[in-house]
Amino acid sequence: MTDITDLGVADIRDGFRGGAFSAREVADAFNDAVAGSDALNCFIVKTPEKALEAADEADRALAAGDAKPLSGVPLGIKDLFCTKGVQSTAASHILEGFVPPYESTVSGNLLEAGAGMLGKLNMDQFAMGSSNETSHFGNVVSPWRRNDGGNTPMSPGGSSGGTSSAIAAHIVPAATGTDTGGSIRQPAAFTGICGMKPTYGRCSRYGMVAFASSLDQAGPMARSVKDCAILLEAMAGHDAKDTTSLKEPVPNWEAGLNGDLKGKTIGIPKEYRVDNMPEEIDALWKQGVEWMRDAGAEIVDVSLPHTKYALPAYYIIAPAEASANLSRYDGVRYGLRETPDGANLQDMYAATRAAGFGDEVKRRVMIGTYVLSAGFYDAYFTQATKVRTLIARDFDSAWESCDYLLTPTAPSAAFGLGDLSDDPIAMYLNDVFTVPSSLAGLPAIAVPGGLDHQGLPLGLQVIGKALDEQGVMNAGLAMEERAGFTARAEKWW
Amino acid sequence: MVSNYRIQGATGEWEVVIGLEVHAQITSHSKLFSGASTEFGQEPNCNVSLVDAAMPGMLPVVNGECLRQAVRTGLALNAQINRWSRFDRKNYFYADLPQGYQISQLFHPIVGEGEIEVSLDEKDPEGTVKTIGIERIHVEQDAGKLMHDQHPTMSYVDLNRCGVALMEIVSRPDMGSPLEAGAYVRKLRSILRYVGSCDGNMEQGSMRADVNVSVRKPGEELGTRTETKNVNSIRFIQQVVETEARRQVDLIEDGGTVVQETRLFDPDKGETRSMRSKEDAHDYRYFPDPDLLPIELSEEFVAEARASLPELPDAKRHRYENALGLSAYNAAVLTAEAETARWFEKLAAESAKKQGKPESDVAKAAANWLISDLFGGLNKLGVDLDSSPVSAAQGAELLALVADGTLSGPLAKQVFEIMLETGDDPEKIVEEKGLKQTSDTGAIEAVIADILAANSDKVEEYRGGKDKLFGFFVGQTMKAMQGKANPKVVNELLRKALG
Repeated sequence: MTDITDLGVADIRDGFRGGAFSAREVADAFNDAVAGSDALNCFIVKTPEKALEAADEADRALAAGDAKPLSGVPLGIKDLFCTKGVQSTAASHILEGFVPPYESTVSGNLLEAGAGMLGKLNMDQFAMGSSNETSHFGNVVSPWRRNDGGNTPMSPGGSSGGTSSAIAAHIVPAATGTDTGGSIRQPAAFTGICGMKPTYGRCSRYGMVAFASSLDQAGPMARSVKDCAILLEAMAGHDAKDTTSLKEPVPNWEAGLNGDLKGKTIGIPKEYRVDNMPEEIDALWKQGVEWMRDAGAEIVDVSLPHTKYALPAYYIIAPAEASANLSRYDGVRYGLRETPDGANLQDMYAATRAAGFGDEVKRRVMIGTYVLSAGFYDAYFTQATKVRTLIARDFDSAWESCDYLLTPTAPSAAFGLGDLSDDPIAMYLNDVFTVPSSLAGLPAIAVPGGLDHQGLPLGLQVIGKALDEQGVMNAGLAMEERAGFTARAEKWW
Repeated sequence: MVSNYRIQGATGEWEVVIGLEVHAQITSHSKLFSGASTEFGQEPNCNVSLVDAAMPGMLPVVNGECLRQAVRTGLALNAQINRWSRFDRKNYFYADLPQGYQISQLFHPIVGEGEIEVSLDEKDPEGTVKTIGIERIHVEQDAGKLMHDQHPTMSYVDLNRCGVALMEIVSRPDMGSPLEAGAYVRKLRSILRYVGSCDGNMEQGSMRADVNVSVRKPGEELGTRTETKNVNSIRFIQQVVETEARRQVDLIEDGGTVVQETRLFDPDKGETRSMRSKEDAHDYRYFPDPDLLPIELSEEFVAEARASLPELPDAKRHRYENALGLSAYNAAVLTAEAETARWFEKLAAESAKKQGKPESDVAKAAANWLISDLFGGLNKLGVDLDSSPVSAAQGAELLALVADGTLSGPLAKQVFEIMLETGDDPEKIVEEKGLKQTSDTGAIEAVIADILAANSDKVEEYRGGKDKLFGFFVGQTMKAMQGKANPKVVNELLRKALG
């Protein structure tokens, strides 16, 4: 019998329903995997008892004939989601020890659908980072290693690095991620898994610690497109508690999956051919075009002329929103409070925030504060907002000649932990291919395509029209079917 | 119209220019962005939701009723309703502001320019009318409250008020005297109470004003203004204008310059003092709140809001004058407060019904009785109209008894005194105390005959030409009749008897 931890969401669900194993057996297997994964540092909190509780409930439900869509499936939850009764920190010191008396809508939807929770996944602090090196709880290590025989610990990408690492290492079958400028897709690419950022507003942001409200979007990460579809179906839906969530019905995406792209047109944006991009990524991209053509799609060249302004605009808008969103962490009501001797209110704020936020968070709060300041607002924030409109318009005109866009997911394969941590700009460049669709609020999926010469995964991205998650996943599926990506990291932890 | 209010300085006369930002708490059951209750006077931190406390991941959801009330207010102020508006974040740190920003509207307020007409002379409400411009109304969250007197070294935070909806109603700098500022706030308050969008309760803080004052020599450019924050009574607003204008004039004339700054009013000392100067002013870093979608109002929504407005004070006042024949003064008094107008309209309607006459025939007497008798009586009791022991129906009954001759004026006053004390119906009082007026000529004639006989000397004097003794005989007769004789009949019979 195959190891249960090698199974994905669909396999577990179906195997459980077919009686191949009990939910309890599944939970035990994954709890063991989690317990043995400390070297990867994927988890901030482990909740084996929660996984078991849900498993027992699933077994009872199945016996009673009313198993739910995700009954029997244990998941990891990124620590950006507030989980009732379980510490939720967004990987920060300032929220260390914070136990919410409420459940985020997305994690609540998954639990409601019968899923269990294996634990809270590590991440970049407040989702700010592209390497998972900004967590207060330590770096997450990717299960992947270069094939050079050295043991350089590799970055799992970020900010959903705990998620990507845990899925790639088969410690969890799937998990939630969140994507603000690429935080689902880039880690998925770095670890050879799938990650889907849906249309902005598909998933409620209620109970998800806010980084940049106009960009933050929850999404599924898993080892197959199908598993992403299953998870997203459970996560998505209108929520009256989030004004920006879309009043749209949730389609049956799993049932709609179809890798036949006849009649579809794929656009190749020429602006995504950036300087210094490794030859192998360009080659994979070309390979992706062939796969698409093989699936029946027509290929056209398109132009997204404002692409080069996307990253600067993003690194104005996201920090601006973050600078306000993080103001609530002030030591007054919950979380960390530092009161030096003789401290007044201002001193308490300063001491608490100095001790509670990491360097990258402070950097972004300062950038955000600066770009919103009197005298700079128009030059930075207003300008960035205009660029955002132009980026969205670029996509709109692209849709006149194509249905989806195919691009690389990230401009490089994973790098070693520490390689970029002293160079924020180089780090920010990781998001160059993912940020434009985030600014436009469009759905996009990252799918693994192959390995580079170092034996590290590379991914491709499909971007689609707003609300066309089905189309995006179908194009992703077509690629997945042809890429036949089965490589996995050898277990060393 | 330019005010003729002037400050006399050593170098001549100075004009005062006043603009007001009135913060009015919107009447609603729940807060602007959360479901927490807005009830006043609860134990600290009872009316606080997860959103109000700014817990991680909590999101604001706008309360549509608060927007509707702001739109209704805008319509009542003849203002432009902006069909597209948006909320912004105003960033600053304070312990009573859990989010670290206030959700407000800087760039695109829900209501644009409007105006109100203000009467400057109560006695002559039509005579001196001034139009005050409204620049905008925006909707925003209130902050919580810090309590500094609960602990020797710490401050306590009460978030009950945090997130309650406010309208900030910004005037043009169109006022030129304390009188005008007072009249403006009074009128604004009256309109808000008519509309029902704010209870106007200044003691509880549901209405308060930031007072902007500057001075200039007549005809010159505007001077530098100061802003005195959170003034919570009309009297204080007027005091702020007076003392702040005086301070500025003295300062300038002593060679100083007014600095643009925020000031606080100290009601005990009757003076303002500096809170922070422009240099120390916060940079609020306003930007559109990404948690909230722009507010788009449909034509139907605005039309429904308009249709829901009651008759407003000016329209009512004109109707009272023109259709009911009331004096301008009475009409102004009766329409100043929505409650008074409601009470009066019930009284007039009941009176018309009881007397079988059109309202226009009974309104005048009703207005006079309400303004002089009832207000006087309530004043003595120290209660307001809401807690009047005499109902409008009872008032109408009393007026009907006067109209049909059952009660004379003096008798009616006696009956009313008893009504105020007991709350009883006038008919019952008349019955029980036997206060009915008599027009029985036989009885009156007999009394007159006795009085004339007992005062034959005065009768002689009267007949000799001392006319004013007539009043003496009326008085004696009424006294003998215990006030119950119909004065008209007494007059007639006395004239006949005295020849």
